Amino acid sequence: MKALYIAGLLVSLCILPAQASSTYEAAVATDPVAEKRLQALSRELRCLVCQNETIADSNAELAVDLRREIRGMIQEGRSDNEILEFMVTRYGDFVLYRPPVKAITLLLWGGPIALLLIAVLSLRSYLKRRSILVAKTDKPLSAEETRRAEALLKELDSK
Amino acid sequence: MNRYFWILGAFIALAALLAVGLGLNPREVPSPLVGKPAPAFNLAVLGKEGETMGPEAMRGKVWLLNVWASWCVSCRQEHPVLVEFSRRGNGTPIVGLNYKELRGDGEIDMRRVVPEQEAPLARERAAGWLKQHGDPYLLTVMDIDGRVGIDYGVYGVPETYVIDKEGVIRMKHTGPVSPQILNDKILPLVAELSR
Repeated sequence: MKALYIAGLLVSLCILPAQASSTYEAAVATDPVAEKRLQALSRELRCLVCQNETIADSNAELAVDLRREIRGMIQEGRSDNEILEFMVTRYGDFVLYRPPVKAITLLLWGGPIALLLIAVLSLRSYLKRRSILVAKTDKPLSAEETRRAEALLKELDSK
Repeated sequence: MNRYFWILGAFIALAALLAVGLGLNPREVPSPLVGKPAPAFNLAVLGKEGETMGPEAMRGKVWLLNVWASWCVSCRQEHPVLVEFSRRGNGTPIVGLNYKELRGDGEIDMRRVVPEQEAPLARERAAGWLKQHGDPYLLTVMDIDGRVGIDYGVYGVPETYVIDKEGVIRMKHTGPVSPQILNDKILPLVAELSR
């Protein structure tokens, strides 16, 4: 059975001249505008297989399939938003490189601003405390201290 | 003294944030489909020439949809768990969704497969694999080009969906189903939904 199947596979692999199947991407640029849109859209989308690559960069199977899907939708005349929506309903916000501002992404978007605010506030309170401290300890020299300081300066000058 | 507490506090907070963040599994992407109706499809049934099947055929039953392929190594790992599950016979049907049987296999150069031959060849391979490893499925449908996979947000085979009587997806598990996941997560959910 297995041998039969392998034989079948081999035969089918050998017989034919290379015939492009639909998995392989159609020749680019039949329509440059559409191709540009495809490029722009696929740069916005994350490839879920290799998570730090965009669909534009990735050569993973899924990325190839999704580019084909996007190309199809562009040909159907769907808008960019509709196409992104299509991806989000299937793969979630994670598929977007620029996730929307929502309750769950609040920390993501607000985090840096919150950190900056905390830094500015703590810097301000530190400077305030410091100036109070300086004001408190900054007393004029006593007569004795003035005399000693002048003596030291004089000594330096004479050298 | 006081300010050292501040620094220590900030450090602990940062460490806790990083510990939580690094402990998360980036592969576990929450599916937006949980709580939504299972996307419709109408695909050829493996081993039954000319017959097709869609999720509406499973209305009124709690069932599992398991995405697999013969080239998928992790599927081989989870398969005994599914076979055992079906053998125990608690009546929960598993529908197999064979995902890109030929196209997904990196070993096969699809340019060398005649389009008309793809479906029969895929069926043959899928059937051969089930014969070899056991068939836990009520039936298997063939998603030759992976389009249905896209509708289900499949990004890493195997994936398993728990679907309730109304046809709503209640859970998605990405990656092989281990006995632990089956017993701790899937079975309790199935029991709850079957009530």
